[in-house]
Amino acid sequence: MLLILAWRNIWRNRNRSLITISAIASFVLLAIVTVSLQQGVWDNLVKNLVSLYTGYAQVHGKDYWEEQTLENSFEINEQVDQLVQQTPGVRNMTHRLESFALASSGEKTRGCLVVGIDPVHEDSLTRLSAKIHQGDMLKPGEEAALVAEGLAEKLNLGLGDTIVLLTQGYYGSTAAMKVAIKGLLHFGSPELNQRVAYVPLALAQYWLDANKRATALVVGLTNADQLPAVARTLKKALPDEYEAMTWQEMMPEINQHIEADSAGMYIMLGVLYLLISFGIFSTLLMMLAERQREFGMLNALGMPLGKIARVVLAETIFLTLVGCLVGVALSYPAVWYLVEHPIVFTGELAKTYEKFGFEPIFPAIMKARIFIEQGLTVLIIGFVLAIYPVWRVMHLEAVVAMRK
Amino acid sequence: MNTVIDAHNISKVYNPKTIPVHAVNNVHLHLERGEFTALVGPSGSGKTTLLNIIGGLDAPTEGVIMVNGVDITRMRPNDLINFRLNNIGFVFQAFNLIPVLTARENVEFIMLLQKRHKKEREQRVRELMEAVGLSDKLDSRPAQLSGGQQQRVAVARALASKPQFVLADEPTANLDSHSASTLLDIMERLNREEGITFLFSTHDQRVIERARRVITLVDGRIAEDSAPTPTAH
Repeated sequence: MLLILAWRNIWRNRNRSLITISAIASFVLLAIVTVSLQQGVWDNLVKNLVSLYTGYAQVHGKDYWEEQTLENSFEINEQVDQLVQQTPGVRNMTHRLESFALASSGEKTRGCLVVGIDPVHEDSLTRLSAKIHQGDMLKPGEEAALVAEGLAEKLNLGLGDTIVLLTQGYYGSTAAMKVAIKGLLHFGSPELNQRVAYVPLALAQYWLDANKRATALVVGLTNADQLPAVARTLKKALPDEYEAMTWQEMMPEINQHIEADSAGMYIMLGVLYLLISFGIFSTLLMMLAERQREFGMLNALGMPLGKIARVVLAETIFLTLVGCLVGVALSYPAVWYLVEHPIVFTGELAKTYEKFGFEPIFPAIMKARIFIEQGLTVLIIGFVLAIYPVWRVMHLEAVVAMRK
Repeated sequence: MNTVIDAHNISKVYNPKTIPVHAVNNVHLHLERGEFTALVGPSGSGKTTLLNIIGGLDAPTEGVIMVNGVDITRMRPNDLINFRLNNIGFVFQAFNLIPVLTARENVEFIMLLQKRHKKEREQRVRELMEAVGLSDKLDSRPAQLSGGQQQRVAVARALASKPQFVLADEPTANLDSHSASTLLDIMERLNREEGITFLFSTHDQRVIERARRVITLVDGRIAEDSAPTPTAH
């Protein structure tokens, strides 16, 4: 009966309750869409820059990241491979041998990053083949290259043309090779699009005179959320001549950018939380002021103050809960639409994003956690705000209240 | 034991430290079971304050009130609320029904607080609503009832807990003469046939004429008290 009473009380002033519920629902909708968009943008960035290039984590020879030279590469070791592969949370891994090189064709020369890869494992880890815009995926052992289309364009190269790669080998000798372009890659990140070429690992090892060596063991995860645990385990278990690094450690500027942007968003959400708190609180205060006499009467009839307070608390929770549920229900199709149809920037804004290495799109992400977090936060706000009316009811004097 | 209310030396002083106002001054009151008593007096004479004190809603500055042999002035607040629930029925001047509950639910509400069984509640609601002549209005909300009908539901609610007595503060003040007469008929019948004790404050001459005992308060003191005449029931 108390819950029925609380539920019906909400609808005593239908207009006021509807306005309050609408305000809560609008806030929840706004909060969920904002957070989904923000996390979507960052996830997209991480997918582009991290999943495709660095991986979520990497194992290197000691100090390789500080000084990225072939001298700091490591010899591929079966025991280390097994240790990494058997770490809980690790889905797959692949070796890379990376070297900066000069790429040229005719009279054109560009600096680029040449990455020696195991085509099969690389593809299972980073879905490199999905980025092939023209041509085919590499096969292990073949003498061919995949070139980012921006780089190919700068060198006036197309599919089937030959690219010349020149650098310094493992023992300091000059390393040069010419190799046919088997595929052109298109990357979401404009930066990668201008400067990457892939060749099979064996070819890279031969070219660089770095037999059985690699510069990185790139680690893929079953779930990105497991990264901290995987990193902890690897750092503890790997021998001293190796180092394990997360993408955040390898690209701290990206991580800092994400954290700064998140802080900005949380400040904005904080202001919104404050506004919605005032909205809910004003409704509660009006309800409290209007019903003093009724509360006094109920207490006079023999209803304990604790039960009256419970009714008030239930009313607040119902009001907030309905608002949250409506907000979540409205958010779902809104977020779904933004997932399916990401906001695409054009013009100067798009160029600015590209300049900083970001895709000029705003994709949203559909995560149950975002819906639950925002809904729960508003519910908790409602719960906290109800403390005041509950306190007032608990200190009510029937005779005084009935005179009002 | 037939004594329901035994109030000794009741005083209520407001603002005792600044400008003391003696709302009730040294009142002695004794009510037997089955009385139908009116508390009359001019505005500000202390009728409502005295009713509130007898009903355990307000604490006296001085004095002792025994209800059915229990001293309610010494009770802890929570015990007093529970005591009111089980021993005292209230009818207020304004039609203080819970607006979001139907007439049936308003009457049943008190019994729910008493944790009575559903069958018992349903049966008593039917009996009481029949007694107040509103068995066809069980599912009406207060807003769908006239003032007189609301006050009759309030009487049914006051009796739902099977109280020792009913306190009614100006029960007919907001009613037209027909509704007031109907309400008084019902209260009188319940008093006569079921022996329910009523103590009501009133200015209403129609109520005073029906009362079998009239206590007149002036400036917080009992100025006149007609002889107690409990019902013959």
